[in-house]
Amino acid sequence: MGDDVMIQVQDLSAGYGDTVLLEHVSFEVKRGEIFVILGGSGCGKSTLLKNLIGLLPPLAGKVLIEGGDLATASGDKRRKILRRIGVGYQSGALFGSMTLAENITLPIEEFTRLPPEAREAIAWTKLKLVGLENFTGHLPAEISGGMQKRAAIARAMALDPQVLFLDEPSAGLDPVTSAELDALILHLRDALGVTFVIVSHELASIYAVADRVIMLDKKAKGIIAEGRPQDLRDNSKDPFVHKFFHREAA
Amino acid sequence: MRLGCAHMAGVEDLLKVEPGEGGVRLVLSGRLDADAVADIWNEALGAARGKVTVDASAVEYCDGAGSALLCELRRRAGGKITGLRPEIARVFELFEGDEEPEDKSRKPVDSPLESIGRVGAEFFEDLRDQVAFLGEMVVVFATFRGGAQRLRWNDVWITFERAGVQALLVVGLISFLTGLIMAFQAAPPLRQFGVDLFVVNLVGLAMVRELGPIMTAIVLAGRSGSAFAAEIGTMKVNEEINALNTMGLDPARFLVAPRVLAGILVTPFLIVYADLLGVAGGFLVMLMRGFPTAALWQQLTSAISVHDVMAGLIKGFVFGALVAGMGCLRGLQTKEGASAVGVSTTSSVVSSIFLIVVVDAIFAVVYYVIGF
Repeated sequence: MGDDVMIQVQDLSAGYGDTVLLEHVSFEVKRGEIFVILGGSGCGKSTLLKNLIGLLPPLAGKVLIEGGDLATASGDKRRKILRRIGVGYQSGALFGSMTLAENITLPIEEFTRLPPEAREAIAWTKLKLVGLENFTGHLPAEISGGMQKRAAIARAMALDPQVLFLDEPSAGLDPVTSAELDALILHLRDALGVTFVIVSHELASIYAVADRVIMLDKKAKGIIAEGRPQDLRDNSKDPFVHKFFHREAA
Repeated sequence: MRLGCAHMAGVEDLLKVEPGEGGVRLVLSGRLDADAVADIWNEALGAARGKVTVDASAVEYCDGAGSALLCELRRRAGGKITGLRPEIARVFELFEGDEEPEDKSRKPVDSPLESIGRVGAEFFEDLRDQVAFLGEMVVVFATFRGGAQRLRWNDVWITFERAGVQALLVVGLISFLTGLIMAFQAAPPLRQFGVDLFVVNLVGLAMVRELGPIMTAIVLAGRSGSAFAAEIGTMKVNEEINALNTMGLDPARFLVAPRVLAGILVTPFLIVYADLLGVAGGFLVMLMRGFPTAALWQQLTSAISVHDVMAGLIKGFVFGALVAGMGCLRGLQTKEGASAVGVSTTSSVVSSIFLIVVVDAIFAVVYYVIGF
């Protein structure tokens, strides 16, 4: 695996039990890249994401994050790989009984020896990154949906991960908030060199942030297109890709 | 900026404190990752008092923890951090204007007097909610009609079965053992006076008038009231209650009325069942002590009148409404978040048991006054 490759997916088959959603999927994500996984409903985007972050073992094939395989790693080796990744869930998945600062200090407390004052200072810097430094003492229920998504990204950044996985970050957000979130993603990539893997089907966001996309298809059970979103929109001959990027009915 | 490998340097390699111009000069060096920062945090901030300058020219790497340390030192050092490498300075600029603002959202801790006042206010607010809920229930039951106003009888029977039939084992066991324990405890002292046959009076009256209704209501509160609170609370968190409202379906009629009616109907049945098994427990002890069944039965029927049974059953109707209503009310009062459902469930059980005892005391006084 080259130095510039962050994630390598090799001949992956994914699904649940006897239901196979994806077969023989292979691709690479480069360091510092914003990589977007696209596709229609039920094509296996979220299943692929669960395979990437180790929540679901592949039916076949491998997912390597900087050479480490979450599916087979255990103990310290697994924790080492997990420390390199952060995940922002679609709902935010913030802990409702904890303040935003406590949500962020929790993993820091578990994984480092830093004193409480230092943990709080880190939480403040992470919230500053996402523009929520004045909401450290708020509970998730006390802030808006867009703020919750930003707070979830701040929590995912708690341990300085090298790669952030985001599941539908723009879903349910108004265009302005969605654009702000896109700007934040670009900002974090440019300033901190974080690699992003994003599952999305919000076209505006995809054009704004994606360096490269892959499109999954339910019938093909795999990737039907790969490249820059603008290129796929303008040049793809695949009927589904064309309809997707031009928002045409099937 | 990348996460570093494990920290290998000593504190002295990372931080040096030297005399500076009219104060101290902190010299930071090496890799400022989480492990390194954990080693030097207290020492660095402890030294950063008065006039401080920070020389960071030898810092090779800085992760989130390192950035937090630099921010904190800049805040204390009044902005005098020098020599940062360009790549680190670029990240550090993200935290410009980092004078940590006073967090207005952080709620100050209440004084004891304020806490007492807040608890008192919450108690009266809750009492007001309970009275409003009672009124709403009265309106709902008084206005049942067909169509959108109809009662969902199917839900009533399903709840009746869950709260009643499935509670038989636990209610039966508790009542039987309560009767048995009472008889065991009462028989020896009464024997000293030669009146141990009166154990039947004691067990019979206590079960029928007091313990049968109370034990049944408490079991109902623990089993069914909490389930109502959890079920409706989860619906509230998932916005299903809002969905009902926007569909024009009144949650009080749709969700609460069937449960309250089922509670009212099922509790008297359970009380009769509890009475019978409690008395059976007492009988078992007396049979073991050599008393014939006929004598026990005659003693029981002479001790307990229809009035006594009715006194217990009337309580049953009220306790049933109270437990089911409190479960539903706490469910509807559920706030945001996963923990809120747990809070509602606990609150429904505690409030129900408290009210059961209070209402039972009121019954005792009223029965005494009217000679029931």
